[in-house]
Amino acid sequence: MALLSKKDQRLILDPLADDNPITIQVLGICSALAITAQLKASIVMSISVIFVLGVGNVVISLMRNIIPSKIRIIVQLIVVATLVIVVDQVLKAYAYELSKELSVFVGLIITNCIIMGRFEAFALGNGPWKSFLDGIGNALGYGVILIIVGFFRELLGSGTLLGIPVLGDPIEKTGLYSIGYENNGFMLLSPMALIVVGLIIWVQRSRNKALIEEN
Amino acid sequence: MGLKQNLHKLKLKYEGKKMAPAFNALHTFLYSPNETTHSGSHIRAVDDLKRTMNTVILALVPCLLFGIFNAGYQHYLATGEIEAAAGFFSTNFWNWDNFAMGAWTVLPLVVVSYGVGLLVEFIFAVIKGHEVEEGYLVTGMLVPLIVPIDIPLWMLAVAVVFGVVIGKEVFGGTGMNILNPALTIRAFLFFAYPTWMSGDKVWVHQAVERAGTPDAISGETILGSYAQNATVDYDYMDMFLGFIPGSVGETSKLLIIFGALFLIFTKIGSWRIILSTLVGALVMGLIFNGVVDAGWIDNTSKFYGLMSVPFWQHLIIGSILFGAVYMATDPVTASQTNKGKYIYGFLIGFISIMIRVFNPAYPEGGFLAILLMNVFAPTIDHYVVQGNVKRRMKRLKVKTA
Repeated sequence: MALLSKKDQRLILDPLADDNPITIQVLGICSALAITAQLKASIVMSISVIFVLGVGNVVISLMRNIIPSKIRIIVQLIVVATLVIVVDQVLKAYAYELSKELSVFVGLIITNCIIMGRFEAFALGNGPWKSFLDGIGNALGYGVILIIVGFFRELLGSGTLLGIPVLGDPIEKTGLYSIGYENNGFMLLSPMALIVVGLIIWVQRSRNKALIEEN
Repeated sequence: MGLKQNLHKLKLKYEGKKMAPAFNALHTFLYSPNETTHSGSHIRAVDDLKRTMNTVILALVPCLLFGIFNAGYQHYLATGEIEAAAGFFSTNFWNWDNFAMGAWTVLPLVVVSYGVGLLVEFIFAVIKGHEVEEGYLVTGMLVPLIVPIDIPLWMLAVAVVFGVVIGKEVFGGTGMNILNPALTIRAFLFFAYPTWMSGDKVWVHQAVERAGTPDAISGETILGSYAQNATVDYDYMDMFLGFIPGSVGETSKLLIIFGALFLIFTKIGSWRIILSTLVGALVMGLIFNGVVDAGWIDNTSKFYGLMSVPFWQHLIIGSILFGAVYMATDPVTASQTNKGKYIYGFLIGFISIMIRVFNPAYPEGGFLAILLMNVFAPTIDHYVVQGNVKRRMKRLKVKTA
């Protein structure tokens, strides 16, 4: 990527793995647990967060020198809220079923710790281009985990991917179901999402020992 | 020289290599090791982890045997091939047909439970380079006893992997686990495959396959019947002796009491926990009986069936007794302080009956209550210890003042 300098590349790539907002910083867990029962919802959620965080970081970065620091949280909230309303309206207009499924969680992007975290930690102190990359990077890192969790939960919990049955028909007993396989109902419950995230954290930290915190 | 020496040689051969823990485990499981210390004074106690575990397994054997006979008995009783047993020594119960049918269905559960569980333990020991721990010996025996007879074996295998890895290994292995692994396995099965873990079909062998055919048989558990406000056609003696449908090893209260006495006598199980669990269950049962007697609810309520069960009867239906004796007393996950044990046990009994009555979908609340209290056990201990420290500090102040 000649387009980006080494430093800029790191802004995008670091959050994907070794500085992942979910598995390393342990932010944004709530939505990761709530909406990942289906892969489709995970993907839509990821795209929404990519949009909100990318644009939001740029807006905050542009305004960073004129925001009085005493009321910066309120200003940040207004920016996120505006963007989230845009996302919400677009979803309602073009993907009504899905927006009903995601229900309040689209609105709750406002309270997603990752977004406020990046505003505070990065956009307030860096230029718009860098902030944009940082926002995209962190949102991608969030999305990657959401999609991994969503993939396993939908596959093992419902036997489908993106709503398409991939393991056979559980009622007609075709495919895997003909030899006695059954869907794992536990996968559809939120506690299992926490366990799946925990397993990802486990795998990641045992591959890269540097990530293990000292207590 | 024999087997012991050969095992020792194998051990030496693999010393320092990757597979060392596996051979080591095999050797020390069968014999005491060759290396002993020669100097200094040592206190040597024989009640090590292996002895403790084996004692619990011995206490479980009667339950397993009864479970094997009961599996066959319930099946043949439901198909109408034998008459109901009268008395504990009835030949309708203790016969070869029952044993053969029961062994054919129960032993695979035992084999899968031990096979998969020990395999996971060995893999973790080899990866982490520590000794294989004996922790699974009891869990592996408990698991077949707390599942329905017809649970598909692959589900059991998946659940065992989950229970051993998530319930135990991620916390650091035997002795470090917060949750009882056997109950973690049951909870996993319960939430993952509810159709195989509850209802009126899974408790009697082949009831699922026969559903909807002219040969259909049913075996609702007593708790299930009560939860639906239905009448129960077992008398108290059947419940006490265990001639009822239920999970494999939890039906015979008589044998569980023998097991409990054995554990208490050998000082492996804590009588404080067992006693306070039963007291907790009785207290909750009395409260519910009081509610019914006071006329606050009538038989239109969906809780009426279970609430109106005489309080003492809660102890002989469902698995509260089995849980109290074999699960709640797990020394790793229970409270460690004596005062804490009373609180811990009391709350297990209390909450078990509460879940049993208030959530008809989970008539068997015992395992959830124990898991919950497992989580709270360290907190209870903390406050007991702190309370003790405070009291002594006060005493000290009075003395020095």
